[in-house]
Amino acid sequence: MSQILVSMDGITKQFPGVLALDQCRFELRAGEVHALVGENGAGKSTMMKILTGVYTKDAGRIVYKGKEVEIAHTKAAQNLGIGIIHQELQLMPDLTIAQNIFIGREPRTKFPLFLDDNELNGRTQALFEQMNLKLDPRTLVSELTVAKQQMVEIAKALSFKSEVLIMDEPTAALTNAEIDELFRMITQLREQGVGIVYISHRMEELKRITDRITVMRDGCYVDTVRTDEATIDAIISMMVGRQIYSTSKPSIDGSGQQTKVLEVQRLSRGNAVKDVSFHLNKGEIVGFAGLMGAGRTEVARAIFGADPIDSGEILVNGKSVSIKGPNDAVRCGIGYLSEDRKQFGLLVDMDVKTNISIASYRSFRNPFGWMKQAKMERNAEAHVASLKIKTPNVDQKVKFLSGGNQQKVVIGKWLTRDCQILMIDEPTRGIDVGAKSEIYKLLDELVQQGKSIIMISSELPEILRMSHRIIVMCEGRITGELSSAEATQEAIMKFATMRVEEEAK
Amino acid sequence: MKLAEVQNRVSVRKPVFMKTGATQKLLAFASLILLVVFFSLSSENFLRFDNVIGIMLSTAVIGVLALGSTFVIITGGIDLSVGTVMTFASVMTGVVITFWGLPIPLGIAGGILTGALCGFISGWLVAKMNIPPFIATLGMMMVTKGLSLVVSGTKPIYFNDTPAFSKIAMGTVFKVPFAVFIFFGLAIIASIVLSKTIIGRYNFALGSNEEATRLSGVNVTFWKILIYVITGAFAGIAGIMMASRLNSAQPALGSGYELEAIAAVVIGGTSLSGGQGSILGTVIGALIMSVLTNGLRILSVPQEWQVVIVGLVVIGAVYADILRRRKK
Repeated sequence: MSQILVSMDGITKQFPGVLALDQCRFELRAGEVHALVGENGAGKSTMMKILTGVYTKDAGRIVYKGKEVEIAHTKAAQNLGIGIIHQELQLMPDLTIAQNIFIGREPRTKFPLFLDDNELNGRTQALFEQMNLKLDPRTLVSELTVAKQQMVEIAKALSFKSEVLIMDEPTAALTNAEIDELFRMITQLREQGVGIVYISHRMEELKRITDRITVMRDGCYVDTVRTDEATIDAIISMMVGRQIYSTSKPSIDGSGQQTKVLEVQRLSRGNAVKDVSFHLNKGEIVGFAGLMGAGRTEVARAIFGADPIDSGEILVNGKSVSIKGPNDAVRCGIGYLSEDRKQFGLLVDMDVKTNISIASYRSFRNPFGWMKQAKMERNAEAHVASLKIKTPNVDQKVKFLSGGNQQKVVIGKWLTRDCQILMIDEPTRGIDVGAKSEIYKLLDELVQQGKSIIMISSELPEILRMSHRIIVMCEGRITGELSSAEATQEAIMKFATMRVEEEAK
Repeated sequence: MKLAEVQNRVSVRKPVFMKTGATQKLLAFASLILLVVFFSLSSENFLRFDNVIGIMLSTAVIGVLALGSTFVIITGGIDLSVGTVMTFASVMTGVVITFWGLPIPLGIAGGILTGALCGFISGWLVAKMNIPPFIATLGMMMVTKGLSLVVSGTKPIYFNDTPAFSKIAMGTVFKVPFAVFIFFGLAIIASIVLSKTIIGRYNFALGSNEEATRLSGVNVTFWKILIYVITGAFAGIAGIMMASRLNSAQPALGSGYELEAIAAVVIGGTSLSGGQGSILGTVIGALIMSVLTNGLRILSVPQEWQVVIVGLVVIGAVYADILRRRKK
C-alpha cells in the first residue's frame, strides 16, 4: 500500500447549539481517490473545512505525511500542499485563465510594480502541458464552460504543488462528456501520486472513479470500505443508518375525494427545473425529497412566479393560470414559505401584527388608504390564538420570537391571505426539536381543514412522517414518486442519487 | 458535440481589440465619429482649429476626473467626492501659494496630496470600516465641500502674484494649451497602470470577484485603499488644472462634476458593477460629452436642452451596456 498522506483522527467540532463532528476520522493515501459520502449535514464539508483551515478543530489530531500539523488558516493548508476545489467556483470571470491561476503570486519584471505577462502565460502553458490540457492561458474565464473553469481551478490547485486535492461535488454542473474529461484528469493525477478526496452524492460515479469510500452520518464516522467490495445499497444503508423514527404515518383521508387543486405540467426552467409534472390533491401533503441542489426550491419558486419559467403549464382547481409574478400566485391562492424565513419570509424588525397582515393589506385599508388598525389587530390576535404563537402580544417585534413561532407567523400571514395551497420550504429548519412536533401538528391540522401543502424538506424522517405522497428529485428532474406506504429512507435515497442520462445534444 | 470541438471553440483566440468591453468601446468610438461628422456637416465652424482646441480644453478637467474615477468604478465602487475634492485641492493649492507665499511646485504638491489624502480617507472608510462606497464618498463630498468654504473664507483665492501659475494649464505649445497635454499624458499613464502593473491587475480582480481575490491571499484592504488614493490624486491634479485655468481657486465650484465624470466613464463602457472597463473608453466617453455640448451650442440648441440631451445619452449608453450583458 502506498504512503499515508493525511490521517485525521478524533476530530470534534462544536458549533453553537450543534455538535457538527464527533470523534471523526479520515485517512487518505497517495495515489488514491477516496470518496467522502453522507447525507446533507452529515459533516463532510465541515471535515474538509477543518483540513483546509477554514475552521479549526476543537479536538483531535491531523497527521500530514507522518508529522502532526496544526492548520490554522487557509494559507497554511495551501503551503502544506492541500488544495480544494469548491462547488462554487472561486474565479474572477473578467480576468484571463493565467491571471486567475497566479492571482496573488504574479511574476513581475525588474520593476516590481510591473507585471511580466509573458512569464505568466508561459508558466500557465507549461502547467497545462503537464496536465495535457488544451487551453489558451489568455482566454477570459467568463468565456469558458463550467467544465473548463473547473479545469482552471484544478490547475490553480496543482500550481501550488498540491499533493492533496479535495473536490466538492465536482460533477454537479457537468454534462456526461465533461465528466469523462474530468475523470480522465483525476485518473492522471492519481497516477502521479496525488491523493484525491472526492465528495459526491452520485453512487454510480463513486463506483467508477474511487478506490475507497468513507461514510459519515450525523457528524459521526460510520465506516471506510473498499469501493470494489461494497455495493451501492450497502453504502446507502450506511448513509441513512437504521434509525427508528416514529412511524406514525399521517392519517390520509382516503375518502376518495381526490380533487386536484394544483396541477403542474412539464415545467422547465433552464438547468434547474427540467420537465417537471405532478399534481397536488385537496387536503394532501406532498413531500419533495432530494439532495441539496436537486431543484426542489426552484420548482416552488417557479410555481410561485418568483423566477421566470421557460415552458410548462400550471393549473389551479383545474383551470390553467398564468403566473408571471408572486402577486399572480397569491391571487390564485398559492403561498410560498421560504426556507430562509428571516430574509424572505418576515420583516424581522416589525411586529407580529404587521407581519401577519402584510400580504393582505388590501383588506385592511379603507378607500382613502388608511389602515384599519383595529381589524388588523383582531385578525392577528385570532391567528396568534389558533396557531398557538407564543408572544406577549401582537405588537412584539418578530425578531424576539423563537424560530418555531416565527414560522407560525409566516403561516399566519398566508392564512390571512386565505391561501388554499401552501408551499413550505424546509418547514423546521432552525427550529428546535420540541417546536418541530408543534409545527407538524399544525400542518396536519391545516390539511384536515382542507388546505393543501407542498412540503420541501431535506430531512428524510420529516418527509416520511408528514407526507401522503413523496416526490423525489435529482438534478432538476423528478426521478421517483412514492406513496407513504412504500416509502423508506433507502428508497428515497436511491431516487435522490439517480442521474437521468442526458439525451445526446 | 465532441469534446475536441468544444476545446477548439474555447481556444480560438479573439483579436486583442475584441477583448474586454470591446463592443461597447467600439460603439462609443463609432458614436464619437458619428457626432463629429454630423456636427462638421451641420456647421463649418465646428472643425475650426480654435473650436477643436476649445473642445479639448473643456474635456481636460472633467477628463482627468473621469480617468481617476475609472479606477474606483472598475472595483465595483464609486467615488462621489471627486468633484468637491477637486475644489478642495484647488483651494489648498491657493492656500499654499497665495496665503503662505510658498513656491508653485509646493502648491502643486499640496494640491495632489490633498486629493490623495481625501482618497485615502474614503478608501479607508470603504475597505476597513465596510461603509458602502456610495455613503462613504457622499459624506466625503459634503465634508470637502464645506472645508473648501471654511479654508478659503468663502471667497475665491486669486493667483495674481504668481502669473506663472496660470501657465500650468493655459501655457501653449503650437497654440495647444498645456491642459490638453496633461490630460492625454495622464491618460497614457493611467492606461499603463491599469494594463501593465500589479495595481491594475488587482483592480480588475477586485471588481470581478472580491471574495475569490481575498481567498487567493491578496491583501484586498490595502489595494482597495490604494485605488481610492489614486482616484483622489487624479482629483487633486484636476483641481490644480482648474485653478490654473481660472487663475483662482473658486470654493463654490465643483459640485456636479463628479456626476459628469461618472457619466463619461460609463459612456466609455466601464461597467458600474465592476470588473470591466478601460482608460481608452473613458477618454472617448469624455470626448463624446464635450463634443456633444460644444456641437449643440454651435447649432444654437438652448443650454437647457443640451443638458436634457446629454442626460438621454448617458441613459442610452448604460442601456446599451445592459443589452450587451444580457446577450452574454
